[in-house]
Amino acid sequence: MNRISTAAERRRKEVLTAWGLIAPALIIMLIFTVYPVFRSVYLSLTKYRMGMEAPEFIAFDNFARLFRNATFWKVMRNTAVFALYTVIPSMVLGLALAMLVNRKGRHIGFIRTSYFYPSVMPMIAIASVWMFIYMARNGLFDQIMIAVGVGPLNVLSDKDTVLPAMAVMYVWREAGYLMVFFLSGLQSINADVLEAASIDGATGWRTFRHITLPLLAPTTLFVSTIAFTNCFKLADHVIIMTEGAPNNASTLLLYYIYQQGFTNMNYGVSSALTVIMLVLLLVVSMPRFFSQDRKIHYA
Amino acid sequence: MTLKKVNSGALTALSILLGLVWLAPLVWLIGTALTEPSFNMSFIPTTPFTTDNLTYVWNAIPFAQYYLNTIILVVVTFAIQFVTSTLAGYALAFYNFRGQALMFVVIFMQIIIPNDVLIIPNFMTLSEMGLIDTKLGIMAPFLGSALAIFLLRQHFKTVPRAFGEAARIDGANLQQTIWQVYMPCAKAAYMSFAVISVSYHWNNYLWPLIVTKSPTNRTLTVGLAIFAKSKEADMQWANVCAATLIIIAPLLLAFFIMQKQFMNSFVSAGVKE
Repeated sequence: MNRISTAAERRRKEVLTAWGLIAPALIIMLIFTVYPVFRSVYLSLTKYRMGMEAPEFIAFDNFARLFRNATFWKVMRNTAVFALYTVIPSMVLGLALAMLVNRKGRHIGFIRTSYFYPSVMPMIAIASVWMFIYMARNGLFDQIMIAVGVGPLNVLSDKDTVLPAMAVMYVWREAGYLMVFFLSGLQSINADVLEAASIDGATGWRTFRHITLPLLAPTTLFVSTIAFTNCFKLADHVIIMTEGAPNNASTLLLYYIYQQGFTNMNYGVSSALTVIMLVLLLVVSMPRFFSQDRKIHYA
Repeated sequence: MTLKKVNSGALTALSILLGLVWLAPLVWLIGTALTEPSFNMSFIPTTPFTTDNLTYVWNAIPFAQYYLNTIILVVVTFAIQFVTSTLAGYALAFYNFRGQALMFVVIFMQIIIPNDVLIIPNFMTLSEMGLIDTKLGIMAPFLGSALAIFLLRQHFKTVPRAFGEAARIDGANLQQTIWQVYMPCAKAAYMSFAVISVSYHWNNYLWPLIVTKSPTNRTLTVGLAIFAKSKEADMQWANVCAATLIIIAPLLLAFFIMQKQFMNSFVSAGVKE
């Protein structure tokens, strides 16, 4: 039978083709990105631990219990403190490094490489190396401290220094990563604008404050969401270096989720913690929603 | 000499100095891995050169198996992402259909929610599928990649429409148009994504740690962590450094050779428009 396909039929075929093309990726993403979000929300409202046949609905009891739990607040405080110690310092340092290497020169490629390379190393490799640097007495850091007369500090075993010590390591890793985004932001600033400013008599700091920084605003906004997200999704170094010691002083939220889920086998509570994590991620990703309609150029 | 020149000289010196500070842990790592063990940690090795540490850990840990596992994981993950993302990226670039919005919401969700925070529910799903302690289980959550789809969609959109139309007129079907016309036009995007995907999966730790139970499926990172935390490795930094060097060497070498490509790839992954 020879028939001429109508516009409607063609359109139908096109829609089917499109669905067929996205289906493989979409199915995976529905199973491992969308479904787990809803499942976490559901399980967070249930009592569910190892040995139980099925989750038991208990409404907001997991949250209520967490909010009365001192360890939970300690973990939240650690997570906030760790973010405070790492996000802004690594952004400032990342921008400073980007400005330092935003020029042409023989060795510039090598210098950029030396700042960025920690980003292609696994966090656990970095943590193993820094664990030795921080090791009591024989470690590099304590040897320096002994040499300058401060004496061994054993920073990873002290509740007051463990987070700052981890933060230094993390800023060392993250600054070079954030640098490349700032570098590309700086390179997209029109040279004419900077030249006009210098003709008008603007000098270093004023140019930076009134021209470079405002023009970098979209990059900075974007970098801040990456910096926060990366810092929240961090647990590897805790597993290697301290396992939360001393007395949960270095337990961060994701490590706590891992511990509640896989050590204590308490799926209800770990799901409630996951929901809290999801809310945090949503909040720090807000700038991305708002920056969507503004034109942002990175490269 | 003008003030400007002095300034620029000082900045160069500062940037080199900082570079050396940044390189210090790596220098120490390599120096320690390749010299005889010493009791005190010193930045410049004081003991003679040796490859004994490397030989020792290579035999003490089933590294050959872990290497093979990691390579399989990285290659197969990328290969599947390559196919699923190309198809989805093409559909989102050229078709208008109901459900498109759904796809964008899902993409956006994956971009703001890193896989690591969904370990609990994803582990449950994986056990229900019977994929615990399998290589497929480590790969599964990553086989549909929002980042790759988005990157490819943006790239396909810049390809002149005439290319696709010409192919159609010559009688190419949909699959031929995608794989023989559009795919070769997006080489740069594939390269960027390959760098990101390979680095991510080579270095990933938490998810493989949770999923794997046996040496037959463990990745290099999981193997290193087990070794670094074992009694055997206590204070034995020469051995831990040797093990670390073994697992970071390939990616680090690739990075030092293609540093520009690596850094550009990470930047292009940040383009979310």
